[in-house]
Amino acid sequence: MSSITQPIGGHGDAAGGHEHHPSGIMRWITTTNHKDIGTMYLWFSFTMFLVGGVFALTIRSELFEPGMQILRPERFNQLITLHGLIMIFGALMPGAVGFANWMIPMQIGAPDMAFARMNNLSFWLLPPAAIMLLLGLFVPGGAPETGWTLYPPLSIQQGMGMDLTIFAIHIMGASSIMGSINIITTILNLRAPGMTMMKMPLFCWSWLITAYLLIAVMPVLAGAVTMLLTDRHFGTSFFDAAGGGDPVLFQHVFWFFGHPEVYIIILPAFGLISEVIPTFSRKPLFGYASMVYALCAIAILSFLVWAHHMFTVGLPAAGILFYMYATMLIAVPTGVKVFNWLATMWKGSITLEAPMLFALGFLFLFTTGGFTGLILAIQPVDVQFQDTYYVVAHFHYVMVAGTLFAFFAATYYWLPKWTGHMYNETLAKWHFWGSFIFFNVAFFPMHFLGLAGMPRRIPDYAQQFTNWNQVSTVGAFGFGLSQLILLYVVVMCIRGGKPAPAKPWEGATSLEWTLPSPAPYHSFPTPPVVQ
Amino acid sequence: MRRAGMDQGGTGLAASGENMVGTVRGGARRRWVATLAAALLVFPGIAFADWAWNFQPPASPIADQIEHLHELIFWICVVIFVGVFGTMFYILIKHRRSVGHQAAQFHENTTIEIAWTVVPFLILVFMAWPATKVVLAMHDTSAPDMTIKVTGYQWKWNYDYIDEGFSFYSTLSTPLDQIQNRQPKDPHYLLEVDNPLVVPVGEKVRVLVTAGDVIHSWWVPAFGLKQDAIPGFVRDTWFKADKVGTFRGQCAELCGKEHGFMPVVVEVKSKDDYAKWLAAEKQKLAAATENPDKVWTLDELVAHGKQVFDGNCAACHQPTGTGNAAIGAPALVGDKVVLGPAQHQIDVVLNGQTNGVLQHPPAGGKMPSWAQLSDVDIASAITYTRNSWGNKAEQNVVQPKDVKAERK
Repeated sequence: MSSITQPIGGHGDAAGGHEHHPSGIMRWITTTNHKDIGTMYLWFSFTMFLVGGVFALTIRSELFEPGMQILRPERFNQLITLHGLIMIFGALMPGAVGFANWMIPMQIGAPDMAFARMNNLSFWLLPPAAIMLLLGLFVPGGAPETGWTLYPPLSIQQGMGMDLTIFAIHIMGASSIMGSINIITTILNLRAPGMTMMKMPLFCWSWLITAYLLIAVMPVLAGAVTMLLTDRHFGTSFFDAAGGGDPVLFQHVFWFFGHPEVYIIILPAFGLISEVIPTFSRKPLFGYASMVYALCAIAILSFLVWAHHMFTVGLPAAGILFYMYATMLIAVPTGVKVFNWLATMWKGSITLEAPMLFALGFLFLFTTGGFTGLILAIQPVDVQFQDTYYVVAHFHYVMVAGTLFAFFAATYYWLPKWTGHMYNETLAKWHFWGSFIFFNVAFFPMHFLGLAGMPRRIPDYAQQFTNWNQVSTVGAFGFGLSQLILLYVVVMCIRGGKPAPAKPWEGATSLEWTLPSPAPYHSFPTPPVVQ
Repeated sequence: MRRAGMDQGGTGLAASGENMVGTVRGGARRRWVATLAAALLVFPGIAFADWAWNFQPPASPIADQIEHLHELIFWICVVIFVGVFGTMFYILIKHRRSVGHQAAQFHENTTIEIAWTVVPFLILVFMAWPATKVVLAMHDTSAPDMTIKVTGYQWKWNYDYIDEGFSFYSTLSTPLDQIQNRQPKDPHYLLEVDNPLVVPVGEKVRVLVTAGDVIHSWWVPAFGLKQDAIPGFVRDTWFKADKVGTFRGQCAELCGKEHGFMPVVVEVKSKDDYAKWLAAEKQKLAAATENPDKVWTLDELVAHGKQVFDGNCAACHQPTGTGNAAIGAPALVGDKVVLGPAQHQIDVVLNGQTNGVLQHPPAGGKMPSWAQLSDVDIASAITYTRNSWGNKAEQNVVQPKDVKAERK
């Protein structure tokens, strides 16, 4: 998309005296380098992914057969809450910020993020928040038993684990807002000469829009949980009918955050996929401008559809019709994106390295999740599916096979740039096929369970649900174990391997590939000129 | 009998009829195959049901319309899916570098981009039309033949026949021994209750749904009816059952520890059978309306109290009164509230408490308020705790009028 007219200044000497930074643990605590911080975000994300995954496997073990076997119902409920919160706030969101930190400066020709010290702070807020979340398991009363949605009055009944969770959400929200301000400022101000907005790699566009969404909705979530806190301890009754409040008010406020949050999680993934597919099709991205407009349309619509999460609370017919139509409308820009990706591949010269395999897996499974989303948008049908395993299947198709697969694709895509070594392609393909097959074994049967009427968030179930649950549990363990391949491949790639050239993918075009591999600690100290 | 909370130690002994399954750990796949084989061998009929994968057969006009609507949308999606991914696989086969395909360099085409924006929009309009009709039909609660108020509590349902002037509670009847794998499981494991909701076939029933503590959701899949129960607010919805039979659903909104253990069972009777059932209920009601000042004997109170305790209190305090420390439910054996002044215990049961501080409804604390139970029920349950498991309280008899006096 863009070509470089002048050689990149600076990388030659960057390897020398400019790289003075503390070593050991202090390097990581005090660093203001976007690459170091990006690396920490990604490792934090992966760690949380494993923690949340262990919770998921514990849940699936309990659900292997009818009857209570390994958990008490209250502990089961705590684990579903933590699984959701950890995966969303610990794994998916920080993962996306990690890619942003690493790649946005290199893709727009900036030397670093705009606010380098704030960048350090926004990362280092996360570990204490995660510890506070997990601490809930060890305090009297345990972690919240409410699911990640924290609906009152159930959340009012919880023990001090709920307060820890509220505090952790506040801190993570602050971290997200700082990260967003940083990304927006970097993109708007630090682009290299000639890098106009409409020449930016689509990953940068997707993050620019995501960052605005985050700034818009994280304060809303903070407000919602603060009201919970004051209802719990300071005698207010925002959500208590006896004091003039309304429990449903919380749901409106929560989902005003929660629906844009869904797009906060998926938009960066759209951006990543838009990098990978053109590269391995050896063809420019089809419909660049319409991709950008589709991102904007999705972002705007995301503020208008929140009540589709509340289709059974008893909304008036007019409200239901509005939210149903608005929700269905999201299929249009999402469809445009899928068609554009296909058109990018059309008449390309495709090769199927691991990043492309994961991108195709994303395309196939995310679109499947899109279709079930459309079915769920139809309110009368949603009445049957609301709070059943059908919904669980739907959002795992868009979040795991969507966002997570995009993260895997991006990891393999940029590993050579990060480490200076090629990863083990064979093992990476094993990782793909293990993830792809076991993902479907784990989550496809959940559609059937939902259709047949199994509610979500139950620790025990009637016997007609037995067999699909057992299939699902087997798949979940397969999926979990497949992720150890990723860990192995990444560690081996960091430690050594075939040296990677500056541009290991012949179809790659964006600026980061003009830097040597591994990318120097300080890249683009003088901006490149883009034509 | 809703106690899944106690003693799930390590044995994981599952002795259900169709699932002769050991522990979860180790050999999951082999075990699954073994389970399937055993299930097919022992209970071919049930083995089929174990693979339930589609909607329950609809038993109301709305459920029927929902199923048809779902089918329409589903097949439209399937057609688009096949089109999109047929194209993708075609591309992956034909436009590969390994088959020598050279990359073209085009990157936009306004006509086609407009086409794939407009065509999906038209398909959506086509979907929205029938959906709108069903939405409006579901909201038409006018001209009901009868009205029933459904109230969700942690963790049971109350059904109030407001036209008839009586109500009753409906709780899970699956024994704890089945939940904890000490007994084979019934065919309707977790989907059976002591008192089902009974309605006549072919009549429009308006349902008023609310809750007494946290949010629940009343769901009967065969009627296409799911309505969240919001404490402090009443929502209305309706159904008209067009088949006689028993229909089973569950609470669909996470409502705490026993959320998975509060089924909804509706028995649809013919109009004659319903009339008979109604007459019998009313007779029972007349017989049960006690003189509030009647003085009960200790034995009467303890006998009735055991039923009330097992149905309501044992979920947390356990049938043996030993409590559940993990959720902060104290043992009642030797408890100073149970052995102390009766008036305080009545207050605790009526108002609930958290960490020794009395709550007032509906701010449910760890110990919720049980004010919705009758004076007789509360007096009996308290008397039962004061005279059981070795407890010997000084004030060992609490009469219904004592409870009545404490109500505010």
